[in-house]
Amino acid sequence: MIYEIILMNGYGIYVWSSFMFTFICFIGLYLKIKSQLIKEQEKFKAKYFDLTEEETQAVIKQKTYRDILAFTNISKI
Amino acid sequence: MNFILKINKISLKAQRYIFFLFIIVFSIGIVEALILSPSDYKQSDSVRIMYVHVPSAWTSVGIFSVIAILSLGNLIFKNKYFLTIAKSLAPSGLIFNIIALVTGSIWGKPTWGTWWAWDARITSMLVLCIFYILYILSWRVFEHKENLSKVTSIISLLGLINLPIIKFSVEWWATLHQSASIKLTGSSIHSSMLLPLFIMTAAFVLFSILIFLMKYNTELIKIKNKGLDRI
Repeated sequence: MIYEIILMNGYGIYVWSSFMFTFICFIGLYLKIKSQLIKEQEKFKAKYFDLTEEETQAVIKQKTYRDILAFTNISKI
Repeated sequence: MNFILKINKISLKAQRYIFFLFIIVFSIGIVEALILSPSDYKQSDSVRIMYVHVPSAWTSVGIFSVIAILSLGNLIFKNKYFLTIAKSLAPSGLIFNIIALVTGSIWGKPTWGTWWAWDARITSMLVLCIFYILYILSWRVFEHKENLSKVTSIISLLGLINLPIIKFSVEWWATLHQSASIKLTGSSIHSSMLLPLFIMTAAFVLFSILIFLMKYNTELIKIKNKGLDRI
């Protein structure tokens, strides 16, 4: 049974390489986009903590910023 | 505008759910495609490549259609969110296009005896890949420039012309690539093969939604980072 799945009547090399290529592309794209997201979140955190108290209050009042702050779990809020 | 705000909110929160849903659907699809589905009477087990090749081609073409419609929407309504959404869709569209080309090439070797042929369907898919690359590159090259939206919109609208060529190439020209097996009127594929095909398509669509949400979220935070610089 296992050999049948691996060999696939002689087409195993083609079938498995297609699925492996797809799998590698998925992982590669996911990691790339995830790293971009984390980088921007870190940048946001760093910039946010550099703000003065008045600036922080101004930011917190804005809804879209509140969403990002909630998502990034920044304790300053 | 409420719709845009809803998308913003969803992009922040839905990623985790989509990720788990994708893992479940993809796992079921893989088992169906590699183990449970039957082999073809003519192509034997090489037909299993269809379960990654066809969904990736469909998703890639679908994503480019959405990008082109959003770009047109941006030109008409001057809404920057349309462009941000379109930009966030492009990476997954390109990857699916590459997967379709590479797996098609791998499938071509045992089926046609060649890795590549300058066939109308394959060539038009390659042209779509070039449009994807141009679209993504234009975002890098023209960033901070006023004509960015015009350039990206022109590229996507020019690319839109290629989509009916991809679809009808197998009918307009004598091609090595087979004609469509699934049409609005019905399918010539047996249900035992159709089921894994649709499950894998669902998994690929979920993956593109996941990547879109992550990328869109990144773009939103980028905009807010620029906003923080101005405070």
